[in-house]
Amino acid sequence: MRVTGMSEPAVPTALVAASVTRRGWGWGKAGQSVLPVLTVLAAIVAAWYLAAVWMNASWVRDQAARAGETVTAAQVVRATMVQERPVLPAPHQVAAGLWDGVAGQKITSKRSLVWHGWITLSATLAGFALGSSAGILLAVGIVHSRVMDLSIMPWAVASQTVPILAIAPMVIVVLASVGVTGLLPKALIAAWLSFFPVLVGMVKGLRAPDPMQFDLMRSWNAGGGQVLRYLRLPSSLPWLFASLKVAIAAALVGTIVGELPAGATQGLGARLLSGSYYGQTIQIWSALFAAAILAAALVWLIGAIERVTLRRMGLAR
Amino acid sequence: MTAAAPRLGVLALAALVLVAALWDARLGLLAALWAVGWLANGLLARRGGRAAQAAIPMVFGVTLLALWEIGVRVYAVPSVILPAPSAIGARFAASLPMILSDLWQTLVKGALTGWLIGTALAVATAIAIDRVPFLQRGLLPIGNFVAALPIVGIAPILVMWFGFDWQSKAAVVVVMVFFPILVNMVAGLAATDAMQRDQMATWSAGYWESLAKLRLPAAMPFLFNGLKITTTLALIGAIVAEFFGSPTRGMGFRISTAVGQMDLALVWAEILMAALAGSALYGAVSAVESRVTFWHPSQRT
Repeated sequence: MRVTGMSEPAVPTALVAASVTRRGWGWGKAGQSVLPVLTVLAAIVAAWYLAAVWMNASWVRDQAARAGETVTAAQVVRATMVQERPVLPAPHQVAAGLWDGVAGQKITSKRSLVWHGWITLSATLAGFALGSSAGILLAVGIVHSRVMDLSIMPWAVASQTVPILAIAPMVIVVLASVGVTGLLPKALIAAWLSFFPVLVGMVKGLRAPDPMQFDLMRSWNAGGGQVLRYLRLPSSLPWLFASLKVAIAAALVGTIVGELPAGATQGLGARLLSGSYYGQTIQIWSALFAAAILAAALVWLIGAIERVTLRRMGLAR
Repeated sequence: MTAAAPRLGVLALAALVLVAALWDARLGLLAALWAVGWLANGLLARRGGRAAQAAIPMVFGVTLLALWEIGVRVYAVPSVILPAPSAIGARFAASLPMILSDLWQTLVKGALTGWLIGTALAVATAIAIDRVPFLQRGLLPIGNFVAALPIVGIAPILVMWFGFDWQSKAAVVVVMVFFPILVNMVAGLAATDAMQRDQMATWSAGYWESLAKLRLPAAMPFLFNGLKITTTLALIGAIVAEFFGSPTRGMGFRISTAVGQMDLALVWAEILMAALAGSALYGAVSAVESRVTFWHPSQRT
């Protein structure tokens, strides 16, 4: 799959995200993009510092005016870098917050980002495993049964246009009201979100072999199970990995949104929410970066498994 | 498939219904309902034809709805856990004015505004970095990276910056749709081949002329691909941002307060509206796409 307009109109999320990830992160293609990426990153950090000065300055001036002092521009800039609740924390403040959350706390502490991250990660992984295995199983059913294909696929495709994530808080609250709390409700949301990309991608992948290959299998008198095992599953692997990368990112988003309903105290989503209640901007940004790092690590991990697997199968490009 | 396979399937279904009925009469009823729907689809699928192809998903959907309705009734599921479809429909009809005002706040003011601004920004950025390969090589990996991040998490920050009203929702949507569209648009601008660009050059077309007459039209299928993906993202962004604070209307606000009051019929009614709006938006983009990119192989039938 590539980023292409030629894709059929359906399958929106799966397509581009998959296309995006299948090309790798860009730096796979040797070092030629390292320098440009670093340059752009440096520009982003610089813009961030400027924005931090600009957005935090008015508070500094207000404080000074209230105290009846005059401040020089240099003092204003220095003061914008060290506020406790800045409008926009400077990059080094976020980095410090992140470092403090990861290394500065005991892992079992309620302030530890490792602890919150683990809560989020475990629900994400449970949901991802559940959703993607369901997606794979259903895809196998769909390519073998015309009735299932015609019944389910239109709904699977249509469901991609529905903002499923909006149901997340309801699922959490309802399940809590019947006594199901903790990891399971969040995992269900994550499973639901990772289910569809895998289903749609695997249906494509299982149908990927060309008719000649199916004919060959038939000329060897292979049954449906053998075709599945020796032809369909192996050739669907590139599609599987592409959709797994989309699915795990979606599962993480689902888990984080599932941690938002009031009352949640655990997980990166709850960290975001409590930060926003109490105006702790550094806490919000730290949780956000922790989530981003987690997402990147998970997608990278699947990409690494993909590279090893495909190379061993001789499918690597 | 041999002729025996469908008959075996029927037998298996009948056995399943029987076992379910022995287990619990109500479960048997549901299983029978499911079996009827499934068999009807099996017959339709074997008949084939265009009408059958359209009817099968309908039958499946109606079967699911009937299972839901009857299941909720025979098991007397309390409405604070799962309301019946009929109750949701009644609530939808009864609160339609309120739901429509929520839709206006969330979809039109928040999501659509942000979607249009984000698209404009992304297209402009794509055109701007198009002339600088260095920037492209730097921005694209970052764009791809950001596309996989849980961007919706910036919602609390943007709500803090832009206030509770629709501006903050639009801002969240701008950030969410920017990178997917940027990545698609950059790919689209690179979609012309050297022969076509040479042709433009032989007609002595300048950069802007060649952009307007060759490369932008050629990029349209890619742009629409990005637009279709981001319709859902825009709605999600606007709804989730409302969980972090909003005026007293909006779909996200209504969902979170109705959940708090255990008024689940209203929650489902809002979700129904969101689903309808999301599908309508997607359909609208597809319709415009087929007008604009009528020349593309995927649009020719």
